[in-house]
Amino acid sequence: MSLINIENLHYRYNSKGNWVLKEVDLEVNSGEFVVIVGHNGSGKSTLAKMLNGLLIPTEGDIEINGRSTKDRDNIWNIRQQVGMVFQNPDNQLIANIVEEDVAFGPENLGLESMKIRDRVDWALKEVGMEEFKRHAPHNLSGGQKQRIAIAGVLAMKPKCLVLDEPTAMLDPLGRKSVISTIEKLNKSLGMTVVHITHFMNEAIKADRIIVMDGGRVALEGTPKDIFAKVNQIKKYNLDLPQVAQLALELQKSGLDLPDDIFEVDRLVNLLCSLK
Amino acid sequence: MLDDIIIGQYIERDSFIHSLDPRIKILVIIFFIITIFLINAFTGYLFLAFFILVTVLLSKIKVKYIIKSIRPLIFIISFTLIVHLFMTRGGQIIWEWRFLKIEEEGLRMGLFMSLRLIFLVSYTSLLTLTTSPLALTDGLESLLKPFEKIGLPAHELAMMMSIALRFIPTLLEEAQKIMKAQKARGADFESGNLINKAKSLIPLLVPLFVNAFRRADDLALAMEARCYRGGEGRSRMNALLLVNKDYIVLALSFVYLISVGIFL
Ligand SMILES: Nc1ncnc2c1ncn2[C@@H]1O[C@H](COP(=O)(O)OP(=O)(O)OP(=O)(O)O)[C@@H](O)[C@H]1O
Ligand SMILES: [Mg+2]
Repeated sequence: MSLINIENLHYRYNSKGNWVLKEVDLEVNSGEFVVIVGHNGSGKSTLAKMLNGLLIPTEGDIEINGRSTKDRDNIWNIRQQVGMVFQNPDNQLIANIVEEDVAFGPENLGLESMKIRDRVDWALKEVGMEEFKRHAPHNLSGGQKQRIAIAGVLAMKPKCLVLDEPTAMLDPLGRKSVISTIEKLNKSLGMTVVHITHFMNEAIKADRIIVMDGGRVALEGTPKDIFAKVNQIKKYNLDLPQVAQLALELQKSGLDLPDDIFEVDRLVNLLCSLK
Repeated sequence: MLDDIIIGQYIERDSFIHSLDPRIKILVIIFFIITIFLINAFTGYLFLAFFILVTVLLSKIKVKYIIKSIRPLIFIISFTLIVHLFMTRGGQIIWEWRFLKIEEEGLRMGLFMSLRLIFLVSYTSLLTLTTSPLALTDGLESLLKPFEKIGLPAHELAMMMSIALRFIPTLLEEAQKIMKAQKARGADFESGNLINKAKSLIPLLVPLFVNAFRRADDLALAMEARCYRGGEGRSRMNALLLVNKDYIVLALSFVYLISVGIFL
């Protein structure tokens, strides 16, 4: 059964406003790594906030593990199952000691103190931040703060992580550390991941890419499918991943290359074998 | 300029005072404050000074830090002293020049009031120096809990305090960034008279406030997403726990301070 099930979702922020989401139908399966892309204002963040009941559908339905977000009795269970990480690392850390911040979620669930302690240690280890547990978050780098935020969500033992542009405010190194943390969680824990991003490079390894445009799901498919539709991608104001763009240009100028090149290593290997 | 501000600055040490339960420390401070205002003789202040000294020694905090915490109040302390010296009347005239007069009572009250302020600030600063902000807010929450029955939002107050403490460094950093950005555009924060200086702060404060509201919005969302629903049903990872030494410290301080307050 799918973990997240969205049916004919419509949403607008106020009853006279424009529809921000229209006719969205989506399913996310357990263990899947889904990347959502789309240009500014296409409704990605709005969709993300619907997934754990921060926003409630105006029309249509969202079910998490078979429970509708519209039913207020489900809301805490849903928020525990679908953890959210936001864009700004400074605005989502609550406590001034790392481990206290990670403990915030489990504390809200009312767990007993020993259990919270175990979960906090475990979560910090999963994101590789255990040596910083007594530090103050404001002294850490952006990438480290985002990993703390991920740990804070992990400690609630969710089934799914929803990350809304977690790398947008980070430097390349921080971005890399956050992405590899997310990928690791998906692989080693089988964590379902919904990752919203502006960086096409971060979509390469996804199981599925969803392209949003004007509040609708415009395209949906594997990275291979999506990046092959060059013209459509350009139409939605998006770019190809850098390597794919380069390969495309090389193809145009006459080199004999296959279509699905998104990774540097692969391109290098192919180019070397051409000689 | 902004680096000088030390608010709630905690210094981690492995000391007896650090290891005490924050609730006990807060209670002792309350007794201390009551005593300060009960005392009417210089010997009383000697006993209080001794009490402060013992606490400082037990806390392993350098006296330097305590003096630092008094420094911002030098103006208020001198002001109090001067006002009392020249305005409070009673007793013999000690010094006179034209219309200025210092009388015995004025000197006495002036000294008392300044000593009170100094003691008050140095002792409360010991609390924040030896207690992590988190322990402090936890302690306050737990002490205020009984008043929830009469409608005091204890949990909310504590949460507000801890969030404020969490964001002080973030906002200071941001203020510095904005100042630099505005300076690069020719803003002048240092010269001119007081009114000009205050005016020059507008381009600093407006963006700072706007950003603070946006932060508040984001933070509220992040807290909700992490299942925050107020104090009800919430547990703690490091729950406060009173042990024998806490009770002993409380009892001894209580007896000492109250007897100093009553008899001196
Ligand atoms: N709180 C709000 N009230 C009213 N309208 C809103 C609100 N938040 C977003 N919108 C509108 O909804 C639309 C979609 O916004 P959303 O933030 O979901 O887009 P996004 O895809 O996340 O964009 P970005 O890439 O900039 O993050 C935008 O037109 C925006 O103006
Ligand atoms: Mg967004």
